[in-house]
Amino acid sequence: MDALVLSRIQFAANISFHILFPTINIALAWFLVYFRLRNNAARDAAEAQHWEEAYFLWTKVFALSFALGVVSGITMSFQFGTNWPGFMERAGNIAGPLLGYEVLTAFFLEATFLGIMLFGRGRVSDRVHLFASLMVAGGTTLSAFWILSLNSWMQTPTGYRIVDGVMHADSWLAIVFNPSFPYRLAHKLLASTITASFLIAGLSAWQFLRKANNGGSARALRTAITVAAIAVPLQIVAGDMHGLNTLEHQPAKIAAIEGIWHTEKSAPLTLFGLPNEKEGRTDYAITVPKLASLILAHDMDAELKGLDEFKDTHPPVAPVFWSFRVMVGMGVLMLVVAWWSALTLWRRRRSAGADQPLSMLQLRVLTAMTFSGWLATLAGWYVTEIGRQPFIVYGLLRTAQVVAEHPAGMVLTTLLAYLAVYAFLLVAYVLVLAYMSTHPAMPTPDTPLSPKAALPVGGPA
Amino acid sequence: MTFDWPTVLPLLFMAVMGLSLLAYVVLDGYDLGVGILLPFATDDQKDIMVSSIGPFWDANETWLVLGIGVLLVAFPKAHSLVLTNLYLPVAVMLVGLILRGVSFDFRVKARAARKGMWNALFAAGSLMAAMAQGWMLGSYLTGFDHGPWSLAFAAGIALTLPTAYAMLGAGWLIMKTWDELQLRAVDWARKVLWPMGLALVGISLATPLVSHTVFSKWFSMPELIGLLPIPVACAAAFFAAWQVTARPRIVAAGYGWVLFASTVLIFVMAFLGLAYSLYPYIVIDRLTVWQAASAHESLVVIFIGVAITLPAIIVYTVFMYRVFWGRATTLSYAAHTPH
Ligand code: HDD
Ligand code: HEM
Ligand code: HEM
Repeated sequence: MDALVLSRIQFAANISFHILFPTINIALAWFLVYFRLRNNAARDAAEAQHWEEAYFLWTKVFALSFALGVVSGITMSFQFGTNWPGFMERAGNIAGPLLGYEVLTAFFLEATFLGIMLFGRGRVSDRVHLFASLMVAGGTTLSAFWILSLNSWMQTPTGYRIVDGVMHADSWLAIVFNPSFPYRLAHKLLASTITASFLIAGLSAWQFLRKANNGGSARALRTAITVAAIAVPLQIVAGDMHGLNTLEHQPAKIAAIEGIWHTEKSAPLTLFGLPNEKEGRTDYAITVPKLASLILAHDMDAELKGLDEFKDTHPPVAPVFWSFRVMVGMGVLMLVVAWWSALTLWRRRRSAGADQPLSMLQLRVLTAMTFSGWLATLAGWYVTEIGRQPFIVYGLLRTAQVVAEHPAGMVLTTLLAYLAVYAFLLVAYVLVLAYMSTHPAMPTPDTPLSPKAALPVGGPA
Repeated sequence: MTFDWPTVLPLLFMAVMGLSLLAYVVLDGYDLGVGILLPFATDDQKDIMVSSIGPFWDANETWLVLGIGVLLVAFPKAHSLVLTNLYLPVAVMLVGLILRGVSFDFRVKARAARKGMWNALFAAGSLMAAMAQGWMLGSYLTGFDHGPWSLAFAAGIALTLPTAYAMLGAGWLIMKTWDELQLRAVDWARKVLWPMGLALVGISLATPLVSHTVFSKWFSMPELIGLLPIPVACAAAFFAAWQVTARPRIVAAGYGWVLFASTVLIFVMAFLGLAYSLYPYIVIDRLTVWQAASAHESLVVIFIGVAITLPAIIVYTVFMYRVFWGRATTLSYAAHTPH
């Protein structure tokens, strides 16, 4: 393998690892604000205690995920220089300011107020603490805004001008609010909301299964399911709109997603099949006639462009095709599970706070889906990013043009090192989440993140 | 030199970048230092040490992101040149920063039996990051030369920087802790003081030898006298630090902070010396600040952002330090119950 392929794998590994944690944190920060507000607004001490329990456990999860998000993000910011120097030299005039604004407006905000949010309760007034929590939540959302603006610009570049092969900014408004940005931002923020909801629901369900639940578990579960039941259908709508936008700007990507090899009218929708790039067809395809034209152009007879129109400018088909099906499949599954659980919760609403809000089967399904958001999010990103190949800035700059010329052996060494560290941390992260949720604890005595292990409350120690 | 915006703006960015990196080295320096010292403390002391840096480390590390961010934003050509040349040490530093950043949280959340492992990773990560940064500085100063002397020089700094960080860490602990741990911190400071001092003198002497550009800038007549305050201030700071470690009474009387302050002063002086040596280059002998700068209109856009947000960042950083002012005990648990 050459340095290009290795660098791509390394970048993909780093960003895939990184995005796992922001995806949780962007929405979890808002969940925490909500738990806090409920805690403040509680009618009696017992109710306040329950929300406090939810707040406490999820603050711990947040702190841990945040640490992982920060350190892997720092890796990201070095990757541009170490592996893709050409990108910064060619597109730095545009990418630089966007990244710069992310650091200045978002990273400092969240990193600084994080200290107060995690350790400051009792040191500052309740108001200031709430303010700090809001700054952290706002900071993470803002950082998603900037980075997605850049990413979207790389997908659908506008507002630039090229002088001697180097891109210069013409209109910052056109750059920041490029055509695919609103769709990507909405889709990504919803993805984050859904990922956090299923994480909360899954771990709370696991607490019930392990009989380690406390008052916080039932409340966290209810909140998460309610949010998921609303956010998943919204996500499906947003995804559909995103797809239409992509059809307009990156038809080659859509052709790969749908496995449309030749330009045709009344194109059928391929549900499953094995894309065969050599022969230019999908083997064993299961298709629904005319549906692709209907979904993508909202007209049964519309003509869709096929891969044959984009000779050496279309992405590898199979990974895009499959990733898309994984994401949509997860989306549909999530919809079913979220509504099914929501319905049960709605029926049993009068017995709120009962020892078990859902059936054993539902609890098991939710537990199994704890990390389903990660799967869908990664699959979605693979569609987007692999679907953009062979370009790094769509239509303007090819990935192969910007890679650093390191010896392949050196890149392989660092790649293996990163992979080892990430695999280790991922396993540790999942195990620790399982451990923390079955040992739900109250603060000893008071700040959520005291460096001493906290005392377990209820359930097996 | 004409003083129009296209000339001045790259210089301003150079200053912002330099100051961010200085802020990073001092701020993350103390918490990396605490990490390096961790293995030498007892179990309970480890908890206090960690809680003394708890609220700060994340924000401290963000200065590195800003420094590298400005390099990337304002000097994309230098950014590529520097980072491709430092590929391996950057990777080592990143793995180090990853390990220490996460161990910090894992150590109290994982089951108790695993705490020892996370403590060890915390210390190892801190040490790795510190040494890699030293190596990077060394090889940057030699213009990424791979000759044996240059490599030896880089290795020398890689060994020195951890001692300087440990000194900062000890200074921080003297301010943030009490009783036994505080005494221990004084003891640690005493142990690293001389190795650090000797190494710094060695590096200062070696720098002009490995680089002709630096040599000619320092050893010509009127300049040498003008530059004298730098070594003199360093010597004074070193003397003050030495006094604190040698006389327990000073710490008992509440002047322990002098150790931290004088170590910071040494860092600041080293920074000024370095800035003088390098100017006007951003990569020595290869790229000047102006050659490396990005397009003027991009600099303007980001400059507006810097001018507005940097003061705000400083204000809320100061606010945060005030919230956690005082000894680390008051920082943690008990006492201040809100309900
Ligand atoms: C700021 C820009 C940016 C952002 C926000 C992302 N990416 Fe990306 N991605 C790139 C900029 C980029 C790139 C620099 O343009 C790459 C590197 C090499 C390449 O082919 O494109 C890339 C490639 C790339 C590849 C390899 C594709 C291939 O080589 O075939 C994958 C799998 C991902 N990315 C995944 C992700 C994920 C999971 C992200 C979620 C955060 C993500 N990217 C965000
Ligand atoms: C190539 C792309 C990316 C780079 C270079 C990058 C860089 C970084 C860096 C340096 C940090 C640490 C900030 C700190 O010190 O606090 C960070 C954290 C973060 N990043 Fe990224 N990032 C990238 C992609 C993304 C994407 C796509 C998103 C969201 C959709 C995102 C959202 C966040 C958030 C929310 C944080 C805060 C930490 C956390 O919540 O875990 N990043 N990123
Ligand atoms: C079920 C209906 C869904 C549809 C129709 C859909 C559609 C799409 C499309 C077309 C893209 C590619 C955008 C591009 O061209 O660049 C995309 C990307 C993405 N999807 Fe989905 N999606 C769905 C569900 C989900 C779910 C449930 C999640 C996560 C919880 C998710 C997360 C993502 C992410 C993270 C991306 C990449 C970022 C982006 O481009 O916005 N999607 N989605």
